[in-house]
Amino acid sequence: MTFSEWLDFFLPYVPGFLHASWLVLVITVLVILVSWVCGLLVALGKASQIGVIRQASNFYIWFIRGTPALIQIFIVYFGLPQLGLGLSPFVAGVLALGINSGAYVAEIIRSGLSAIPKGQVESSLALGMSRVETLRRIVLPQVVRIILPSVTNEAISTLKNTSLLSTITVVELTLYAQTIIATTFRPFEFYAATAVIYLIMTTMLSQVAAVLERHNARYV
Amino acid sequence: MAAAPEPLLRIRELRKNFGAHEVLKGISLDVHAGEVVSVIGASGSGKSTFLRCINVMEMPNAGFLDFEDAHFDFAEGSRSRPSEAQLRALRARIGMVFQSYNLWPHMTVLENVIEAPMRVLGRPRAEAVATAESLLERIGLADKRGAYPSRLSGGQQQRVAIARALAMKPRLMLFDEVTSALDPELVGEVLALMASLAQEGMTMLLVTHEIGFAREVSTRTVFFDQGLIAEDGPPREVLRRPKSERLQQFLKRVLHEHVADEVAGGAQP
Repeated sequence: MTFSEWLDFFLPYVPGFLHASWLVLVITVLVILVSWVCGLLVALGKASQIGVIRQASNFYIWFIRGTPALIQIFIVYFGLPQLGLGLSPFVAGVLALGINSGAYVAEIIRSGLSAIPKGQVESSLALGMSRVETLRRIVLPQVVRIILPSVTNEAISTLKNTSLLSTITVVELTLYAQTIIATTFRPFEFYAATAVIYLIMTTMLSQVAAVLERHNARYV
Repeated sequence: MAAAPEPLLRIRELRKNFGAHEVLKGISLDVHAGEVVSVIGASGSGKSTFLRCINVMEMPNAGFLDFEDAHFDFAEGSRSRPSEAQLRALRARIGMVFQSYNLWPHMTVLENVIEAPMRVLGRPRAEAVATAESLLERIGLADKRGAYPSRLSGGQQQRVAIARALAMKPRLMLFDEVTSALDPELVGEVLALMASLAQEGMTMLLVTHEIGFAREVSTRTVFFDQGLIAEDGPPREVLRRPKSERLQQFLKRVLHEHVADEVAGGAQP
């Protein structure tokens, strides 16, 4: 295939690929939002004084990390309607991936908080700062720096995991590629193109994180 | 004879236990403005816990504390247990310096010093910066205002920690073994700063293992033993003529270590 033949072959699918990639980014952002809500709640839950809340948080982390994401997606999309809670593929997908990622985010937050020496909080409280000010001004800025690499990894995992939603009819990048391949019978070209697009998106993510990390490393 | 002035800090029957272990068994102490009280004692005698009870970093289980307009009764169920707001007001007027400096690593030296005056006292930034700059000048670290703590030596960090506490213009300063984490050659610069504070009339309570410093700088020495104040008096008396056998043994042990340190230090090429 010459280059111009190759271009003619791909060109009609470019808008479709762009649209599917955009959808991947939208889903990723929404999943990250859900996962941070879940993660913060569960990280707090694990530190709770109330035994039931602590156990529920531990159960959540244990269950999510011990079962495949695909099964979790199936439970939400195929299982919940049986209990009277039918969700659109998009909503079910975002929810399932968010709940999945939330377990990992909870562990990331917990490890970040436990890495801050107790003296950091004490010196702030001893000056008369409130607990909220201490958390906001002293603890969180340090936690953010510590957890940034893990948070980046988790965001990259999340982005890649969106391909699992192809199994519940969300026409994101992977399912879009599959539908083209079904008519063109060119799996190698289109899966390779799909892989390259994922790679571009994950590379962009790690570049952003690298810039942030450099900024945060100024005081180390 | 004139009536003795009201003490700045009055503590009565202070008790603190961690679980079943009683660390403070009823401490009473008055500190008057301008006094420099050194607190000595073996590790585990409760001296650090006592210091941390004064600004209620540890909540005592019983006892009374009066400091200026604050009057607390720590007894379980008492109505005058401190509220969160009262605690903040108390801590804003009592400076504390820790063994491990505890500077905030994500803030520059200047940011460390202006943070609490701005947040707690509501000082405008320009005013907080001016105060901080004169304090940094005084501790000899004006040129480090833009540096992050990780770039400073331990002695420099501890001096900044002292400046950070002074920026609140405290009525009382608490020093909790502030030279214990320092390399021996850096101890002097921190002690010199503390001595100059004492000379200016700052009221200070310091837990220390530096017996020589306690003798030279403090106006009063208190010996803690097993959760109680065993001896209390002018440092020359307490340290030169200890009454109790426990203090005699303690001093012998500490001074012996000191001599051993010096011999070891002197033996180095």
